[in-house]
Amino acid sequence: MRPFTYERPTDVAAAVRAVAATPGAKFLAGGTNLLDLMKLDIEQPTHLVDVNRLPLSGIEDTPQGGLRIGSMVSNSHLAADARVRSRYAVLTQAIVSGGSGQLRNKATTGGNLLQRTRCAYFYDPSKPCNKRQPGSGCSAMEGLNRNSAILGASDACIATNPSDMAVALTALGASLEAVTADGATRTLAVADLHRLPGDTPHLETNLAAGDLITAVILPPAPPGGQIYRKARDRASYAGGLASVAVVGHQVAFGAVAHKPWRAEKTEAALAAGASALEAAHAELAGAHDNGKNGFKIALVARMTADALEQASQGRGA
Amino acid sequence: MSSVKDWAAPNPVTENRGGIIGKGVDRYEGKLKVTGTAAYAYEVEPPSPPAYGYLLAATIAKGRITAIDTAAAEASPGVKLVWTHLNVPKQARRGERINPRSQRPSNPALAGDRIEFFGQPVAFVAADTWENARAAANLIQVSYAAEPAVLDFRASLELAEMPHGEEDVLIGDFEGAYAKAPAQIDETYFSPLQNHVQMEPCATTAWWEGDKVTVHTSIQMVKGGQHSLAETLAIPSEKVHLLTRYIGGGFGGKGQAYDDLVLAALGAQALGQPVKLAYTRQQMFQATIHRPAVSMRVRLGAEPDGRLNAFAVEAVTHCARSAPFVEHAANFSRNLYAAPNRLTGHRLVKMDIPHAGAMRAPGEAPGMLSLECAMDELAEKLGIDPIELRLRNEPDVDPETGKPFSIRQLTECLNTGAQRFGWNRRNPKPGQVRDGRWLVGMGMAAAIRGNFLLPAKAGVRIDGTGIITLRQGMTDIGTGTYTILAQITAETMGVTMDQVKIELGDSEFPPAPGSGGQFGAATAGSAAFEANMNLRRALAELAIGDPNSPLYGGDPTYVTFGNGNIAIENRSESLATLVSRAAPEGVYVEGAISPAADARDYSQHTYGGHFAEVGVDTVTGEVRMRRMFGVFAAGRILNAKTAKSQVTGGMIWGVGTALTEANVVDNRYGSFINQDMSGYLVPTHADIVDLDAIFLDEADDKANPMGIKGVGELGICGAGAAVANAIYNACGVRLRDFPMTPDKVLEGLMAKGL
Repeated sequence: MRPFTYERPTDVAAAVRAVAATPGAKFLAGGTNLLDLMKLDIEQPTHLVDVNRLPLSGIEDTPQGGLRIGSMVSNSHLAADARVRSRYAVLTQAIVSGGSGQLRNKATTGGNLLQRTRCAYFYDPSKPCNKRQPGSGCSAMEGLNRNSAILGASDACIATNPSDMAVALTALGASLEAVTADGATRTLAVADLHRLPGDTPHLETNLAAGDLITAVILPPAPPGGQIYRKARDRASYAGGLASVAVVGHQVAFGAVAHKPWRAEKTEAALAAGASALEAAHAELAGAHDNGKNGFKIALVARMTADALEQASQGRGA
Repeated sequence: MSSVKDWAAPNPVTENRGGIIGKGVDRYEGKLKVTGTAAYAYEVEPPSPPAYGYLLAATIAKGRITAIDTAAAEASPGVKLVWTHLNVPKQARRGERINPRSQRPSNPALAGDRIEFFGQPVAFVAADTWENARAAANLIQVSYAAEPAVLDFRASLELAEMPHGEEDVLIGDFEGAYAKAPAQIDETYFSPLQNHVQMEPCATTAWWEGDKVTVHTSIQMVKGGQHSLAETLAIPSEKVHLLTRYIGGGFGGKGQAYDDLVLAALGAQALGQPVKLAYTRQQMFQATIHRPAVSMRVRLGAEPDGRLNAFAVEAVTHCARSAPFVEHAANFSRNLYAAPNRLTGHRLVKMDIPHAGAMRAPGEAPGMLSLECAMDELAEKLGIDPIELRLRNEPDVDPETGKPFSIRQLTECLNTGAQRFGWNRRNPKPGQVRDGRWLVGMGMAAAIRGNFLLPAKAGVRIDGTGIITLRQGMTDIGTGTYTILAQITAETMGVTMDQVKIELGDSEFPPAPGSGGQFGAATAGSAAFEANMNLRRALAELAIGDPNSPLYGGDPTYVTFGNGNIAIENRSESLATLVSRAAPEGVYVEGAISPAADARDYSQHTYGGHFAEVGVDTVTGEVRMRRMFGVFAAGRILNAKTAKSQVTGGMIWGVGTALTEANVVDNRYGSFINQDMSGYLVPTHADIVDLDAIFLDEADDKANPMGIKGVGELGICGAGAAVANAIYNACGVRLRDFPMTPDKVLEGLMAKGL
């Protein structure tokens, strides 16, 4: 077998040091994605630093009126938190639309942000994939790409980010805190966490090697309705064909790009008085159809227009 | 040979409609399964520590292995052996048979350098752990010379040819009648390639004692597996002891042996230690059989009153070039609706993808998706209710053969279902019922599936404690076979369930054909019934001939069994008392069943009606089930709970067929895009909100002595069509391309300006 070592520190500094000290080390949180990828020999860590004993499982009110969510808060706990449900309904809706109950019990806030694409070719080591093996090619580009990106993709990769939670966080304008390898704390907008694929689709985030996400910070909820709408092939436990998060006048798309997609052009068009449908199309003007994924363009437009209309009436989904 | 008339004679089962048969008895092996103590093939503890195998699969669709480098794998930690086609032990050539009465020919693994499909095993590694075997297998370097392959079914329909030995069935003058028909439907429907997705993968644990091999394997047919392995190893059948006690789903996909069986056996022989070998989840998708895609052209010519005058159902399907298989998707239509002028037949495209094969209700499952939607289209065209259209085409005798029906309650199924479901609340005009952003609609479809009885035996033994043990080389693939055999034995022998033991899945037990074609319960159950009847006779003779028995000297025709006793009127003793005294070593008898000589004089089927209500999201095109109800007529029901579980499971599969389940070949590689359960979507609990089924009271005295029939496949037949028809009724989008995913529904909604 491919051997790896394992440790389970109890404080953040030790965890960060442990990963920094070992080339090829990775943090292990819920393991709902990493362990699957290790079994398929796609992720090949030499050392696992289990962060489940770190004191990062609290949800606290911030002085600004938002929430500070520890990165080890499980998806189930976060979705069920009374403050989240009352003030950030879009986040609860997004989380419970992802995975299954069992997965959400294990999956963590930090881990959810770092899950990898569900592109079928990424999970099939018999096929070329620039994300899995840089330079080998993209099998999805000319292949069965019904689930692929329509926004912001490159010639190297048309994979999507599969997170539902991150789409809601992006619409909410959330940020995250990470502890770097040298022990410093850095802050980053969730919208800036993920990268577009460009020529380096194997590099998925703007975190540096060894950075550990310790918290997600929610700003005070803006006024207006909140809605998360996800279209999928079956009613549960299925990746999104597309999703839309609306928070007042803030809009983000999911399952359409390599990152949760803040729809700034839609927001600007709305501010300029466009109709909901026109505003949705403003963001989608540059969307691309690789053969099987083109339906997502109309799907996102319709979902966005509908969600904006519902939110403007102060309704949830 | 018996006649169906013999079966009509009264017997202890048919005379008693209030006994244990028919009750919703809990599963015989349920506690073992829910406590994790039922040992499946891979989990069976061998007599000594095993080695663990792993298969490496081909990554081209068609061609030849030009080089294969195993040096790194052989040097990898823990590796015990590495086999390719260059060094695998000698096996019999494919298709050879040496043993008399062998049911299956040789099926060698790693048999040559030819690659016939993506995923074909090309190397086998055994090591001290599964992880080490896998790591070593991934170090093997294989070079291929790829050849042009036929991979795209829809682009290859012009390659379709008449299947070997078949011809179209032509009755009357279809073309002439169709041309003159006042109302015509001519549509082509497409159903995709599907995978079985059994929870338990194919797996074998094997070990040798001398020249005899013991294999615990996951297979639906005990004798088929035993004979296949014996032929492949070129040894007598009795040198293979095959066991398959618990099976985590088969659905037709485990009707045959795969390479795990022969390589585990050969590996155990070479290593002198037990070997375990299982397919991975990905290999289950890529390298076992699948249900082939079907393109079905349906033409219906009807009078204004709905009566069909011309009827044609023509299927084009596919199979692997080297493994002929015909998905007989048109066959069901030969027995369903009356029409004097008929044309049915099949064409086959030979392709370079994995083997097509049987999957739950082969033929009906994809086939009924077409005709049952076409009938909905005809009903709308004529302005006739879809149920009424079917009633107007109800035949008096089999529409193709003219034979009488053994019993046919299709109209009762449809009428009962309509009433229970509230069909009269359906608005025949589509797109009229709104619920927020949802459009809501109802659809229905008929169900038909043939009923079969195959030759089978069973053995039954009673010991001195009164425990009755039934043994049969039968399988329980999760359907409830253990349970119904226990019920039949308890009822026939007049004892309680806890006095009965059932032992199945062993090649050294009296043979039964296994699970498939929904023939299992009727076939195995009838053999068990006959064995128990023979035991009754043996015990009656024992008691009457024993001077110490209160029944001594009595008339055997008046002997009864009940409450654990054997009796003649008020003279009785317990079975345990009788046996412990008069036959302390116990009494063992066998029984057998075979088809009646005149069984083919009747058209014999199971029937049903499906009713579905769906919501269509007008924004996204998502379809969600709201309600589904099925009414079935399938002979006498042995167990209300397991039988209902079978038909509702089939209905749920129909929901999956209508909405999500499909695999697609990537035409560049010959592989399937979906190779795990997050890509291949079967329904979840959330997809099945309100689903129920009932059985009509029935006993088919032409079927077998107990009047029972199969239920395992009936539930899926037509179920997907009912959902598709409900989608049309909800939103007016008529799709003919399964599954009806949001992208297709959305395109239809937008085309309608919605």
